[in-house]
Amino acid sequence: MEQKVIMAGFGGQGIMAIGKLLAYAGMLENRNVTWMPSYGPEMRGGTANCAVVVSDDEVGSPLISRDGTAAIVMNLPSMTKFEKELVTGGKLIINKSLIDAKPTRTDIDAYYVNANELAMELGNAKVANMVMLGAYLELAKTIETESVLQAFVKVFGEEKSHLVPLNKEALIKGAEAVKA
Amino acid sequence: MTMVYEKSKGLTDVPFHYCPGCTHGVIHKLVAESLVELGVLDDTIGVAPVGCSVLAYKYFNCDMQEAAHGRAPAVATGIKRVHPDKVVFSYQGDGDLASIGAGEIVHVAHRAEKITTIFVNNAIYGMTGGQMAPTTLVGQKTTTSPLGRDEALSGKPIRISEMLATIDGAKFVERVSVDTPANIRKAKKAIKRAFECQIKGEGFAIVEVLSTCPTNWGLTPVKALDWLKDNMIPYYPLGNFRNFEEGK
Amino acid sequence: MSKVLMKGNEAVGAAAIKAGCKYFFGYPITPSSEIPEYMSKALPEAGGVFLQAESEVAAINMVYGAGGAGARVMTASSSPGISLKQEGITYIAGAEVPCVIVNMMRGGPGLGSIQPGQADYFQSTRGGGNGDYRTLCYAPSSIQEIVDLVILGFDKADYYRNPVLIVADGMIGQMMEAVEFKDPAPIDLPEKDWATTGTGGKRQPNVVNSLFLQAEELQAHNDRLEKKYKLIEENEVLYEAYGLEEAEVVLVAYGTTSRIVKTAMKQAEAKGIKVGIIRPITLWPFPHDVFKTIGNNAKGILTVEMSAGQMIDDVKIAVEGRLPVYFNGTQGGMVPTPASVLADIEKIAGGTK
Repeated sequence: MEQKVIMAGFGGQGIMAIGKLLAYAGMLENRNVTWMPSYGPEMRGGTANCAVVVSDDEVGSPLISRDGTAAIVMNLPSMTKFEKELVTGGKLIINKSLIDAKPTRTDIDAYYVNANELAMELGNAKVANMVMLGAYLELAKTIETESVLQAFVKVFGEEKSHLVPLNKEALIKGAEAVKA
Repeated sequence: MTMVYEKSKGLTDVPFHYCPGCTHGVIHKLVAESLVELGVLDDTIGVAPVGCSVLAYKYFNCDMQEAAHGRAPAVATGIKRVHPDKVVFSYQGDGDLASIGAGEIVHVAHRAEKITTIFVNNAIYGMTGGQMAPTTLVGQKTTTSPLGRDEALSGKPIRISEMLATIDGAKFVERVSVDTPANIRKAKKAIKRAFECQIKGEGFAIVEVLSTCPTNWGLTPVKALDWLKDNMIPYYPLGNFRNFEEGK
Repeated sequence: MSKVLMKGNEAVGAAAIKAGCKYFFGYPITPSSEIPEYMSKALPEAGGVFLQAESEVAAINMVYGAGGAGARVMTASSSPGISLKQEGITYIAGAEVPCVIVNMMRGGPGLGSIQPGQADYFQSTRGGGNGDYRTLCYAPSSIQEIVDLVILGFDKADYYRNPVLIVADGMIGQMMEAVEFKDPAPIDLPEKDWATTGTGGKRQPNVVNSLFLQAEELQAHNDRLEKKYKLIEENEVLYEAYGLEEAEVVLVAYGTTSRIVKTAMKQAEAKGIKVGIIRPITLWPFPHDVFKTIGNNAKGILTVEMSAGQMIDDVKIAVEGRLPVYFNGTQGGMVPTPASVLADIEKIAGGTK
């Protein structure tokens, strides 16, 4: 098993955070993981992306180069930039709230999630990223939701543990949105 | 027979390599005596520069490190941070401190690093054979200013003490000279005070010592002392610029 | 202790503290700035001192002072900053002061880029400063390995009284992986009776110095250094190697590129090509001897680097002309892709390269 996931969007959408959560959760499940951010002036321009690899074997390249198994894209520039990095049959999870377009590729599976609206239903627009992550977890069926919630406390600290229920709901909303 | 004079225990028995008439020897003696009189010699670590006093690590009778050209204040910083209870000093010439090491000396002062710097200003590069220093006077002939320092080309000589006195972390700044016995006594007092500044934990202390270079100035030792008095002191006025004791 | 997910740069800081490093002097530069950032918080908590120097030049000279004064001390930077430190590194090597220097390499020359690079191989292994000196040079390829090598590096630095370089790249600095901080194996280290600690009136003064004005004295000093370097060459070579006996193609890569090469190797093996790997963990001393174990099936060696070809010189020296040595490299912050490495493997195995 090897999952190579790209996460991309505007700075402030919590892209890096969901990447870390997925990597940490993978580690808690005793898999090999890497989390690789974009860095430098690229970050300052307002777009953010990271690559997460979760594998049963030693992780080779932590970068994703035309071999992504999934991509979570939170805005249009991200979809344009990263759809080409997926393998045939790769999963492209699209934030429909902000992306009013379809991918150009037809050999990949596209999933549409109204992440911002679903987050607002929970009363907090900030958890749109978690909605998207929930959709990914449902589709990939690799990492347990429970592991992500454990990772949440590890990554953000005990003082944020009161936010776990809200984030759990967001993950569930995302999962429901892509359930067949 | 009664002993009336003794070489300071702050110096080793290694004979100085300095040229005849050079005042480095006097300044070494003043530093060594000060450390002994303050009772800190055995708890002192010195940093030698690159320049005429490059071999100072052989002369001071305490632990020493030899620094790269201009970097003595940074090396001294590293030592002092490891041994905050020891006395740390750097001994630097004008090429070392005022030219290549201008950055390091400004920042050691600005951090109020609790070290003492002895800055020997003889208005020339001695060891490399008499080239122009940033402290060379306008009109002064050197091997790289054969017609005399040209202000339009090289600017005016830099006044280090005045510059460092503008920095809050410099708690003791004084310029002295070793051209006369009276001035040597004043120099000793200043050097001792500069070490006391460190021992009391006040901050950075520097003593700029106007010194001669008979060899590269092309003068006899006596004439060199006169040249210092007539040419250097008017441009580099003696006196205290900052004193932790007076809140100055 | 259980595993934690950590960024490479922060793991370097945590490993240094674990190794008993009490002093850090540095100057920020991308992509290694998280090291001083981490140390500024963690070192004071561990009873140490973090100081942001006015320049890389000052920082390395502070390291020289602190190391000479007997402390475990570290600095870190990235390529252009490491260039500035070369003056200090040669003094430190000459005066035999132990310290650890971390280089998170980026693209060059000059200001280059901030993306990962491996173009400081020459600088790291040939000595970027003046004179005959060597620095023990570790090249980790994962966060766990950088942690282990930083801890080992402090011991080796003290043992040999020599600067130790940790040479990684921006990718390892920025990447997060799971890491475990194991207790270092105990090692017998000599007393630092040479350090400048103040005589206390109990001994002759110690002098930390790299100046020997008499030619004979300097030659004797160099001979002694050379003996030490030979000892390091005999005892400190580290590498990972497998599949050499049967391999048709042998891949040589270190650090980040070794990971990419391993991905390509799997792809090649799926196509039925036998591939071997040599991953130097010490760049100096270089693992020359392992190249002698390459079997008779080998058609060629492929060296993969994020440079225009630097380690390849050492590979050629090690191969002694027995096999053709090919190169796959990227520069400027570009990272070689497994696909391009696979294509080269196929060409070499098929005899078309």
